[in-house]
Amino acid sequence: MKKVILHVDCNKFYASVECLHRPELRGLPMAVGGSEASRHGIVLTKSQEAADYGVKTGEALWQARQKCPGLIVVPPNYPLYMRFSELARKIYCDYTDLVEPYGLDECWLDVTGSGLFGDGESIAQEIRNRVKRELGITVSIGVSYNKVFAKLGSDYKKPDAVTVIKESNFKDLLWPLPVRDMFFVGRATEKKLKSCAINTIGDIARCSEEYMKLILGKHGQTLHAYAWGLDRSPVRHMDEAAEVKSIGNSSTAPRDLKTENDVKVMIYVLAESVGRRMREQGFRCKTLSISVRDKDLQSFSRQIKLSGYTAATGELAARAMDLFNENYDFKKQKPIRSIGLTCSDFEHEARAVQLDLFGNAQKRLEAEHLDATLDELQARFGKGSVRRGVVLTDRDLSDFIPGSGFNPFKEKPGSD
Amino acid sequence: MKDKRKKVYVDVLLRQEKNGKIRPLALTWENGEVYEIDKVTEVCKAASLKAGGAGLRFTCRIRGRESYLFLEEDRWFVEAKL
Repeated sequence: MKKVILHVDCNKFYASVECLHRPELRGLPMAVGGSEASRHGIVLTKSQEAADYGVKTGEALWQARQKCPGLIVVPPNYPLYMRFSELARKIYCDYTDLVEPYGLDECWLDVTGSGLFGDGESIAQEIRNRVKRELGITVSIGVSYNKVFAKLGSDYKKPDAVTVIKESNFKDLLWPLPVRDMFFVGRATEKKLKSCAINTIGDIARCSEEYMKLILGKHGQTLHAYAWGLDRSPVRHMDEAAEVKSIGNSSTAPRDLKTENDVKVMIYVLAESVGRRMREQGFRCKTLSISVRDKDLQSFSRQIKLSGYTAATGELAARAMDLFNENYDFKKQKPIRSIGLTCSDFEHEARAVQLDLFGNAQKRLEAEHLDATLDELQARFGKGSVRRGVVLTDRDLSDFIPGSGFNPFKEKPGSD
Repeated sequence: MKDKRKKVYVDVLLRQEKNGKIRPLALTWENGEVYEIDKVTEVCKAASLKAGGAGLRFTCRIRGRESYLFLEEDRWFVEAKL
């Protein structure tokens, strides 16, 4: 039996919620943007009127103002968006318990067993109407027999629309779309595909699977299957938590980082946070990656495998610094604007540790015990009650709380 | 001309029934005047596009006129004429 899957996307979510609460902003070009004083001044979402001026999600507010001089910028109100996201999910849960969120503003729903409420399209129409009436915002919904096509369907027509993608019409509707619209095709993959004259989703489908594998490896095979609608991934149950695959933090510095010590201060603050979060979950990691963005917004990321599983802050920070020094030269490259640290490839701490001949594993365990003690002290006496010397060398840089921006479900770029 | 409204939070006198339902009995306007609610004709979830907000909407008859009274999280508001 074919599944019936809906992908619901709240249109320009943050901007819509803001406009609902501030009727005076409706019909005006507006954007939700971060604080420029703390150098987080980018467009998070924009209203349709601002989009008409060419304002793009992710661009700096000053750039947006150049395109649209009368742009009204409002600060984000995350608790409000969380509330609306929750209210929307409650509506979806009236039809099925298979509701898988993707960010705050998108969800997949498996309504295969919800025949009581009608077929997929009528459920989608009902949800669209209810969200509009009860929450005052609009959604676009894709209805299909797999998650990938449902997502393409929700992007097909916006705002406030339902698109049904069937086996009989997917070639006509989806194959002419550019490859970039496909799930998991980012800037780098798009470039590679274009260099092989693969410009549309139809081009991907018409290539042989072997050829796609040749260009992109395993990822190419997946994209080929997606283009043919051969995606069988299930929609998660609403109570099922997503598996944690990585833990990371990143932060834009209050001023550009110009020396190795500046970077070191930031890396230690990030490593403290990431290490503590890993220890809270009872994880140790084997892979460490850093991401670096310079003041011209050029960014790169690098990763390494550690010699063993660890959750010790000192080791994470030291390896991250090694990785940074191998890949960055302040003499040749520009000052840095933001930096991030992510750990992945987890093992549970309850697993036995293989000791080695030279005592490295033993030292690592001792360091983790020390960190656990520090975590406890911080929990009892407050964050900042015990700090590493290095972070006190520059309080301007180290006085930020990683993760205090927002990232409950990992924000997606351009998620409007 | 467009019917412009503003969001005005009000004090509400409630009766909580034994089955858990709540029924607003009267509201106190900004100037302190108390308006009794004669009848609640409809209760549904709804957004207030005019005043800005969303929650549980009570359609009330007050002094012969129909008005909306919204329960948004734990506060009550009405759509006041500008």
